[in-house]
Amino acid sequence: MSAHLSNGRVNLNILREAARKELREFLDKCAGSKAIVWDEYLTGPFGLIAQYSLLKEHEVEKMFTLKGGRLPAADVKNIIFFVRPRLELMDIIAENVISEDKMHSPRDFHILFVPRRSMLCEQRLKEQGVLGSFINIDEYILDLIPYDGDLLSMESEGAFRECYLESDQTSLYHTAKGLMTLQALYGTIPQIFGKGECARHVANMMLRMKREFAGSQTQILPVFDSLLLLDRNIDLLTPLATQLTYEGLIDEVYGITNGYAKLPPEKFAAQKKQGEVGKDLPTEPKKMQLNSAEELYAEIRDKNFNAIGAALSKKAKIISAAFEERHNAKTVGEIKQFVSQLPHMQAARSSLANHTSIAELIKDITSEKNSLYSFSFHVQLTTLHSSSLPSVLISSEAFFDNLTVEQEFMTGVDTDKVNTYIEDSIAQKDPLIKILRLVCMQSVCNNGLKQKILDYYKREILQTYGYEHMLTLNNLEKTGLLKPQTSTRNNYPTIRKTLKLWMEDANEQNPNDISYVYSGYAPLSIRLTQVLARPGWRSIEEVLKMLPGPHFEERQQLPAGLHKKRQQGENRTTLVFFLGGVTYAEVAALRFLSQMEDGGTEYIIATTKLINGTSWIKSLMDRPEAP
Amino acid sequence: MAFITANWNPLGEAFYRKIELYEMGWSLRDGLKECLVAAAPYGGPIALLRQPQRPSSSARPQLEIYSSSGANMASFPWKSGPVRQLGWTVCDDLLCIQEDGTVLIYDLFGAFKRHFSMGNEVVQNQVLEAKVFHSPYGTGVAIVTGASRFTLATNIDDLKLRRLPEVPGLQGAPSCWVVLTQDRQTKVLLANGVDLYILDNTSCTPVTPPGLSPQACSIVNMAVSFSYKYLALFTDSGHLWMGSANLKDKLSEVDTKVRTPPKQMVWCRRPKSQQPSVVIMWDRLLLVAGECTDTIQYTLDEESVCVAELDGVRIIGGSRHELLQEVPSACQDIFKIASMAPGALLLEAHKEYEKSSQKADEYLREIKEQSVLGEAVRQCVEAAGYEHEPETQKTLLRAASFGKCFLSNYPPEPFVSMCRDLKVLNSVREYTVGIPLTHTQYKQMTVQVLIDRLVYRKLYPLAIEICRYLKTPEYQGVSRVLKHWACCKVQQKEEPDESIAHAVSVKLGEAAGISYSEIAARAYECGRTELAIKLLEFEPRSGEQVPLLLKMKRSQLALSKAIESGDTDLVYTVVTYLKNEMNRGDFFMTLRNQPVALSLYRQFCKHQEQDTLKDLFNQDDDHQELGNFYVKASYKEKKLEARLSLLQSAVDEYNKAKNEFAAKATEEEKKLLRFQRRLDEEKGEALLGLSLQETLHALLTSNFHKQAEQLYRDFRVPDKRYWWLKLTALAEKDDWEEMEKFAKSKKSPIGYLVCCLYNLYTMLFIQLAT
Repeated sequence: MSAHLSNGRVNLNILREAARKELREFLDKCAGSKAIVWDEYLTGPFGLIAQYSLLKEHEVEKMFTLKGGRLPAADVKNIIFFVRPRLELMDIIAENVISEDKMHSPRDFHILFVPRRSMLCEQRLKEQGVLGSFINIDEYILDLIPYDGDLLSMESEGAFRECYLESDQTSLYHTAKGLMTLQALYGTIPQIFGKGECARHVANMMLRMKREFAGSQTQILPVFDSLLLLDRNIDLLTPLATQLTYEGLIDEVYGITNGYAKLPPEKFAAQKKQGEVGKDLPTEPKKMQLNSAEELYAEIRDKNFNAIGAALSKKAKIISAAFEERHNAKTVGEIKQFVSQLPHMQAARSSLANHTSIAELIKDITSEKNSLYSFSFHVQLTTLHSSSLPSVLISSEAFFDNLTVEQEFMTGVDTDKVNTYIEDSIAQKDPLIKILRLVCMQSVCNNGLKQKILDYYKREILQTYGYEHMLTLNNLEKTGLLKPQTSTRNNYPTIRKTLKLWMEDANEQNPNDISYVYSGYAPLSIRLTQVLARPGWRSIEEVLKMLPGPHFEERQQLPAGLHKKRQQGENRTTLVFFLGGVTYAEVAALRFLSQMEDGGTEYIIATTKLINGTSWIKSLMDRPEAP
Repeated sequence: MAFITANWNPLGEAFYRKIELYEMGWSLRDGLKECLVAAAPYGGPIALLRQPQRPSSSARPQLEIYSSSGANMASFPWKSGPVRQLGWTVCDDLLCIQEDGTVLIYDLFGAFKRHFSMGNEVVQNQVLEAKVFHSPYGTGVAIVTGASRFTLATNIDDLKLRRLPEVPGLQGAPSCWVVLTQDRQTKVLLANGVDLYILDNTSCTPVTPPGLSPQACSIVNMAVSFSYKYLALFTDSGHLWMGSANLKDKLSEVDTKVRTPPKQMVWCRRPKSQQPSVVIMWDRLLLVAGECTDTIQYTLDEESVCVAELDGVRIIGGSRHELLQEVPSACQDIFKIASMAPGALLLEAHKEYEKSSQKADEYLREIKEQSVLGEAVRQCVEAAGYEHEPETQKTLLRAASFGKCFLSNYPPEPFVSMCRDLKVLNSVREYTVGIPLTHTQYKQMTVQVLIDRLVYRKLYPLAIEICRYLKTPEYQGVSRVLKHWACCKVQQKEEPDESIAHAVSVKLGEAAGISYSEIAARAYECGRTELAIKLLEFEPRSGEQVPLLLKMKRSQLALSKAIESGDTDLVYTVVTYLKNEMNRGDFFMTLRNQPVALSLYRQFCKHQEQDTLKDLFNQDDDHQELGNFYVKASYKEKKLEARLSLLQSAVDEYNKAKNEFAAKATEEEKKLLRFQRRLDEEKGEALLGLSLQETLHALLTSNFHKQAEQLYRDFRVPDKRYWWLKLTALAEKDDWEEMEKFAKSKKSPIGYLVCCLYNLYTMLFIQLAT
C-alpha cells in the first residue's frame, strides 16, 4: 500500500510508519472492541495513513460519522471520538455522551484530538459536564502526512484563510511542530531559507522549539540539506492560473481530494468484465487513487496535457508489443517467463485504459461548446491579438478563451482596462468563482486595479450574483488578491522580466524550462526556488524587495560528527514548504527541476494543502446562512 | 584470598555466608533496645524511634534517621501522638503510623511533608498493629484496629482506603499476619491460633497449608518472601513450614526444636536460589533453615533487626551491619575448596602468571583443552559482581582480563559493563554514602532509581559524577540532578532572590533540557514569587511558563509568553482566564495591546459570542468590520423590516469608515429588497432574495418590461449587460416580436449582434415553418 513512499530520494515511509505506530498504540490503550466516531473532515487525511484493515486488526468493529443526537447502537466496549479540536464539535460530542442510554451496558468513551489536544476544548467539555465521562483524552499528532514519494501535505483546508485573512496562526504552529517531527526522524536541517511573514514566523518557532528540545535530540545524519519556506502570498498569481499539466487539469476539472479523484462513471463502463455486460451503466462516480504507485501515472502526470496524447499512444504500442511477445515464446522457459510478467502487463494495460478515458473526459470538458454564446464571443475575440497562444490541442472555445485572457494578463496586455471577456462572462452569469479568479488575476498582474475599474467589477458582480458577495469581495481585498492601485508604479512587469516568468517558446512536448506547466508562464514561486539553488537570492535582491514580507536565511547548528560529506556530483536535497497551499502544476515544475541533469538539487515538497484556483477562492468566500 | 571461604556455612548443597557491610557509625547507648526500628530495603536508610530513658509524662521519644552505615541524617524529638509503626516508601520517605490512624510522612532529613488518615473509625478503636508494604502500585499501608478489622491502602500517593471484611471469631489482634500481593490484588493472610484466613476485598476465606505438622496448636509467626511467591509459617511446636504463598505447594518443613516464638522471621532467597531458606531470629540466636533438615545457627551478641532483600537478609545491630546470603553459584564454583571449575582454574592460572610461574601455562592449557576459556572468563566476571571486597573484585576481573587475551572473539561488553557497575557500586557503598547495594539489587533497581536515591540524599556531586561516568544522556542524567539541586537551592530561605537566581543560572546554564518551570514552581511553593518569576525567565519552553504564571496571577506576562510560544491553544487558555478574571474594559484594553491575542479572540467570538464581537469592533472604532457585521447579521434575519434596519446600520458604519462603495452598494441592496417586496405584494411574484440580474430576468420573462426598464435605469445597469439579459430572456421564451422591436429600437453596444441573431432566427423560423 505504501511502497511508492519509499521510492523517492527521501524515504517518507518512515514518517508514515511512525504515524501508524502511534495510532496502534492509542488503539491498544482502549482495550476491547471499539467503534470510532469520525469527524468527517478527518477521514480523508487518515486514509493516507491507515486503511480500515489496520483499524480492524485493533478491534475496531464499527465506524460512524459524528453528528448530534444519540449515538447509533453498537455492541462495543469502547466509543472513540476522532476529532479536530473545535468547540462546535465538542458540543456535538457532549450531546452524544449525554443522550447515551444509561440502561444499556455502559460503554467507555475516549477522545483522540487530531492534531493536538486543546485546553479550550477540554474546558468546553467540562462546562457541558461530560469531561469526566472520558477515560482517555489523547492527542494524535498528525501534522505532515506523506502524500506521495516526494510530497507531504498537512491537508489543512483553511490554512490560507486563517493565516492571511483571520490572523489566526494556529496552522503555522502546527507547521513548525510538523517540521520538528520531521527533523526528529530525518535529522536537523542545517539551512533554512524563507520569504514572507508567515515563513519568518514558522522559522522563528522552529528555532525556538529547537532550544526547547535541546538535549533530547537524536543523532541522525541529516537527510535534508536545506529548507525553503515560502508564503503563498508572495505568489498570488500562480494558483489563479489554470494548470495545464495532466494532473493539474484533473484537479482543475474534477478536483483531487486526499489523493483521490471522483470521475464520471460513463467512460469506465466498458472496462467491466464480459459477464456483466447486461448490467446498467454505473451511476456512482468512479473513485480513483492518483499517486506514483501507478507506474504510468507517475510517468505522465507532470506532462503538459498537450503531450499526453503522444505519451499514451507510445505506451499503448509498448504494451501491445509486450503482449505480442507471446507469439515469440517458444520454449517452456520462455512461456513461463511471459506468464510471470502477465500480471504486471495486465495492470499496465488497465492503467492505460483508465488514463485514456480520463484524458478523453478532460478533452470533452475543456472543449464543451457553449453553443449560442461561444459563437458570439468568438466574433469578439477575433479582434484580439493572440500571438502567444499555446498550441492547445483542446479546441474548445470557452476553455480556450479563458486561457487567452489569463495569458494576456500574465503577459501584461491591457491589464489596466475593463476586460470585455470578464464583462461578457458576468453578463452570461458564468460561475462566480471563474469570474473572481479572472478579476483577481488582473488585479495581481496590474499591482492593483484603478479604483474606477475595481468598483465597476465589484458592482457588476454584486448586481449579478447578489449583494451577499460583498463579504467575499471584502475578504479578497483583505488578502490582497483584489486591491485598488495605490501607487502609479506597477512592478509586476519588472518581476516578470527579471524572473523570466513568461517564456515565449515554451516547449510542451520536450520541456526545457518549468514554464511548460502553464504553457508559457513559469510559476513565480518555483522561479524563486530555482534562483535560490543557483545563483542565489543575492542576484535578485531588487525583486525580493518588491514581494511582500522579509526574506531570510538561518543556520541550525548540527551536533558534532553529523556534518555530511558530499560525494562528487551528489545532489543536494531541499525541502520546499508552501505555507498556504501549492498547486499540482507547481509540484510538477519542482519535479522537473529535480530531474534536470545538471540541476544539482532534488526537491521534496511540503504544503499545508494542495490547492487550485477554484478551491482556493472557495476557501476565501463568505456565505452568510440564509434565514 | 585464602580465607574467602572462612565465613561460608553449608546448608544442604548450598553455602551461606555472612559478610560485614559496615561497622555502624552511630553511638547508641543501649543498642537497639527499646527502639522502634524501620530499615528500607535496597540498602535504604534506617529510622529509629527511641523511647525516653525515664518514662515520665514530659519526656518525649526521639526520632532519628541514619544511613545504612549509621551516619546521622536527622534527629528530633517526637511531638505527635504515640507511634505504632515506622516504614519507608519507595521514594525514601518515612511513614510514621500513629495509634489514632494518622500517618505522617517525613523526608530523609526529617522534614515533615504531609499526613493522611487511615479512616475515622480508627480514631476510636486505635491501631493495634500496622505494616508498610511495597507492590507494583507503590507503597501501601495496612492496619488492624482494636475492633479486629483490617484497613488497607495500596498506594499512599493515590489514597483509596479499603476496609476488609470481618474475620469470624477474631478478638483483638491476630497471632500474626502478612500482606500479600497476588493476581494484581492485595490481600491479608492472618492466623488466629491455628486457623489461617485469607482476607480480600469481599470475603474472608479459611485456608489450610498443605502438610502442616499436626502437633501445632498455633501459628506464631509468618513471613512472605520479597517477591510475594513464598510463605513461611512458624508454629508453637517449633516447626517451620515453607511453601508457596498461594498455599498450594509445600517446600519443606523443618523442626527447629525452639519453641519460643521468634522475634522476627524473614525469607532469605536470591534469584536462582539453590537452597531458599528462612532466617529466624530470637533474642540470642539467628537460625537459617532451608529445605534440608540441617540448619545454620549464629549466636547474636546484640539486639538486632533483619531486613529482607531481593538476594539476602541484612542484619542490623547496635554495632554492626551484616549481609547474610546464599553464596552465588559462580562464586561457589571459583572459590570452593579444590574446585576444578573453569573459573577456578583461570584464577589459579592468573595467580601463577603474576608470580611469573610457568604453571600459569599449564593451567591455561588445561582450560583450553576443554575449550571452556570463554566460560571461565564469564564465571570470573560474574563472580566479581557478587563479591563485596574491592580487592577480591579486582583479582577476579584481572583473571578475566588475562583469560580474555587468549580468546579472539570474546565480546567485550559484559566485562566493560561489569567494571563500570562495580565502580559505581563501590562508590555508593562507601562509608560516607552508606548505600550497601549488591549487584543484583542494583540491576533490579536501575541506574535511574539509584540516581534518584542519591538526589534524595542531596549527594548531588556524586550523582552527577555517576551520570557522567555512565554517559547517561544529559536529559535523564546530569540535567535531572541539577534540577533537583536547584529545587533544593531555592528553599534556602536565608539567601536573597538575586543570588539564588544567579547561582542557579550559572550552574544550569550549560545543561540541556532543564525544566526551569519546575524549579520556579518549587520556589513559588515556598512563597518566593519574585524568585519564581526570575527563574521562569530562563525557561525556554513558553508552554511551561504559562500555567505557573497564571497561578501566580501574572496574567499579563503569561499572555505575552503564550503569544511568544506560537501555541494558539495556550493563548486561548490565557485569554479565557483573563476574561474571567478582569472586568470587561480592562480585558479589552489588554487585548488591544496584543494583536495576536485579539485576532484569536475575535475568531472565538465569531463562532461563539457574536455580541462580544460587536463590542470589540465598537471599542476599536472599526467601522468597516462593524458594517460587515451588520450585513452578516441581516442575512440571519427573517423579517424584512429588521433586515432593512440592520442594513441601514451597515450603511451608517460604512459611511463612517469612508467606504463609499460599500455604503452605496448596501443602499442599493435595500432599494432592491423594497422593490422586490412591492412587486411580490402587487403582482404575486416571488422575487425576494434574488440578485438584481435574476430579478430583471424574472421580470423580463414574465412580461414586466416596464418594471424591468425602471430597475435598469434606477440601478444604472450597464447597457451591454442589460441587452444581453433581455436578449437571453426573450430568446428563452421565443418572443420574437419583442425581439424585433428591441433590435430595431436602439443602438446598443451589441445591437448588430442582436440584429444578426434576429435575422438568423427568423430565417430558421421561416425554414421550419415552411
